[in-house]
Amino acid sequence: MTTIAKYTLVELVNKIKSKEISAVDATSAYVERIQKSKKLNAFVTETLESALDQAKKADEINKKDGVLSCAPIAVKDLFCTKNVQTTASSKILKNFIPTYESTVTSKLWDQGAILLGKLNCDEFAMGSSNETSAYGNVVNPYRNNNDTLVPGGSSGGCSSAVAADLTSATVGTDTGGSIRQPAAFTGIVGLKPTYGRCSRWGIVAFASSLDQAGPMTKDVTDSALMLDVISGHDEKDSTSANVHKGEFLKNLNKDIKGLKIGIPKEYIVDNMPKAIQSLWDQGIEWMQDSGAIIKNISLPHTKYALPTYYIVAPAEASSNLARYDGVKYGFRAPGKDLIEMYENTRAQGFGNEVKRRIMIGTYVLSSGYYDAYYLKAQQVRRLIKNDFDSAFNEVDTILTPTAPSSAFKIGDKTEDPIAMYLNDVFTVPVNLAGLPAISLPGGLDDSGLPLGLQLIGKSFDEQTVLNAAYALEEKIGFKSQVKDWWM
Amino acid sequence: MTINKATVKKISKLARIASNEQFEESMIKDLNSILKFVEQLNELDIKNIEPLSSVVEQKLFQREDIVKIMNEKEDILKNSPDKNENYFVVPKVIE
Repeated sequence: MTTIAKYTLVELVNKIKSKEISAVDATSAYVERIQKSKKLNAFVTETLESALDQAKKADEINKKDGVLSCAPIAVKDLFCTKNVQTTASSKILKNFIPTYESTVTSKLWDQGAILLGKLNCDEFAMGSSNETSAYGNVVNPYRNNNDTLVPGGSSGGCSSAVAADLTSATVGTDTGGSIRQPAAFTGIVGLKPTYGRCSRWGIVAFASSLDQAGPMTKDVTDSALMLDVISGHDEKDSTSANVHKGEFLKNLNKDIKGLKIGIPKEYIVDNMPKAIQSLWDQGIEWMQDSGAIIKNISLPHTKYALPTYYIVAPAEASSNLARYDGVKYGFRAPGKDLIEMYENTRAQGFGNEVKRRIMIGTYVLSSGYYDAYYLKAQQVRRLIKNDFDSAFNEVDTILTPTAPSSAFKIGDKTEDPIAMYLNDVFTVPVNLAGLPAISLPGGLDDSGLPLGLQLIGKSFDEQTVLNAAYALEEKIGFKSQVKDWWM
Repeated sequence: MTINKATVKKISKLARIASNEQFEESMIKDLNSILKFVEQLNELDIKNIEPLSSVVEQKLFQREDIVKIMNEKEDILKNSPDKNENYFVVPKVIE
């Protein structure tokens, strides 16, 4: 059974289509592992019975069409799923049962995938360690000797589940690094597409000008297949891009001869572990071996990306989260009048990090402070985007580390919000500029923990990013070191 | 210290989050450290820089103006913590 769960998504679908394995075999393999993996706490809601029923039905009527035919897939609990509880890992949405399906997940089911359940994440996707969830922290399948580690965040249930073979692939969301950083922490591939590439309709909103859904998979090929499925214009999302859809899997190609790769000097930060610097150097060498041309570039406003993000994202969040008032759905706390009911509901329904961000967002948007903070942040956001625009006049893609450290111990950074925010130093600039970027496992550090390399591309040029990652993946030859210690 | 107790009280009122002593203490500490961090932006000269609110470069598209028959009342009310027939129920708002 375990062997089946180890197949890549592409391998699994091919074996189901060729009838080498049945849909029930495939689904049972994952169900069995999920049942033995409660310690990882990767799921908020499991739909194992209905998944097995669906697989049985597909076998009976021999329905194996769709490019994801009968692939068992769990998704981040930020995607609304019709008739299945969707919480955004918040108490305020406990027992919320959407009566509609998000565009991205409906595309998965249209292609034959089977829902396994909803994956834990940081509350409202606000966090970098999956420790802000109202349903408990998620555990990384990698550990440091016997220390349990965070799986990264906010898509930590996703990264843990893919690395532990609890789902064949998944979709996460990335507002400041929430797909790429957890992918790096767990030795998997995470792709944040260009802003507008995938519809945001039906995804619980955090920061609307930054949020983007994307695949988290075992390898680059699976990532291309998933992007084929979930991308495309959607008239229900006014920011969804009406651009050529692309055939990412079909055009996946590891020939990167002559591809110009930029190395930004501003991504060398203080206190970066040696292992990350040497992995980056090694990555540059591998790219050169594949025939790519390396160019040193400058992205001068990089250090201002995090401060900009921590104005823009909370501002948008404070506005988006105004809808949680205890009236229309979710949790309600009593109060003597309407206002007190709102205040009690929100004080008890939201966790600390969410409240912190709502408070910051409300402050920077409040009268007298708007220009000094919010407007200024939007101006700096322009400078950050301009940096990338001029870099991409010279190069086709940019290679950096994904995160400034490997996975850290649970509880290590929960006391200091700024220390936690610094985790996203290499991923946040990409969201501010709306660009596509992928993280792929580059190797292990001295403690045997995975480290990620990030490739950043031009707007709507996911194909180049995927191709460069495909070439790099072959050179790296990364093999999962997950040992099932929790079973 | 940009943020004091009075500011926290004011902001929590605007944000509709009930406040208490412990919440105020922790917010004073956290919000000041976050503001100090974001104030790095003051180092930059941003005169005449056009603010960027969205990276989307396309114009808003228009959909066909077609009448759709939708009766979603039941669906919409389904998740309400308190409802009565066709209405959401809230605490009394008039004296």
